Amino acid sequence: MDIDDQDSRELARRSSPADRRTQPAGDIAIEAILVTTPRGVRVGPSAGRRQQLITDLCQQPQSLAEIAAHMGVPLWVAKVLVAEMATERLLTLHHPTDNDRPAERTERLERVLDGLRNL
Amino acid sequence: MDSATSSPIPPWITPLKVVVAGGFGVGKTTLVRTVSEITPVTTEAILTTASSPVDDTAGVPGKRVTTVAMDFGRVTVSPELVLYLYGTPGQSRFWFMWDELIRGAIGAAVLVDSRRLADSFPIVDFLEDRQLPYLVAVNQFDHAPRHNPAQIRDALAVTSGVPIVTCDARERDSATHALTTLVEHVVTRRRGYPSSVPAAA
Repeated sequence: MDIDDQDSRELARRSSPADRRTQPAGDIAIEAILVTTPRGVRVGPSAGRRQQLITDLCQQPQSLAEIAAHMGVPLWVAKVLVAEMATERLLTLHHPTDNDRPAERTERLERVLDGLRNL
Repeated sequence: MDSATSSPIPPWITPLKVVVAGGFGVGKTTLVRTVSEITPVTTEAILTTASSPVDDTAGVPGKRVTTVAMDFGRVTVSPELVLYLYGTPGQSRFWFMWDELIRGAIGAAVLVDSRRLADSFPIVDFLEDRQLPYLVAVNQFDHAPRHNPAQIRDALAVTSGVPIVTCDARERDSATHALTTLVEHVVTRRRGYPSSVPAAA
């Protein structure tokens, strides 16, 4: 596992040990989709090595879990980074619970079904 | 990894989640790999667990670090809908992770080995308790006895409303069929149809 010890210690300071196990950094679902904002594209290269990697990766939509895997970091590390970057408007987060009326959810599932049958 | 498209990033992509559950060695990784359009990636969650009493006597809280590997894959079903498949860690000592894993999931596919059905009892109990829709997929291992669905249903003590399918986790059509059957089941439940209505093949 490619963890930069100094970075991890810094990240650990920014999230309490208790938080790390349950919901660090604002409850971002592991399947939440991240997309780099135009600001993120401009600012990313100067924001730090990991931030740049994330803004590069997320120019194509990526889930949080994919980011963690591609970076070779644990999920909690990715969550802390992503939460900060979202606060700084470098990324937008897309959650499945947005726009979540039951009828819409069912319709959406029927579209999933169509998609699966056409694979 | 992604398609070489020059179209702009869609303003709205909805990620959806399906959990692939099952005991150790039952074929979850294989199933995810078979269906996924990307090479499945493994993310490792490093979790700290509570200190043990022995550590406390030293005056410094000890932390045990547990690594949990979780496989996931991706199926794009339309330009706006992406299905993520998560293979859960099979060991029941990771139950505290399961709540987060199933949160917001469409449902779960519980993969079982007919020779080791008891391995899936805790998972079935958990899913029933959390009321997450699920189906049972009996993985067709070579040399494993072929039980009929009624026998599996009986052994697992699941109700007639829970679909039971056979599946070869190595075969794309078979694995996709299990996934499709799961989503059909969820839609059927949401639409309030009687649970005895057979799902279309």
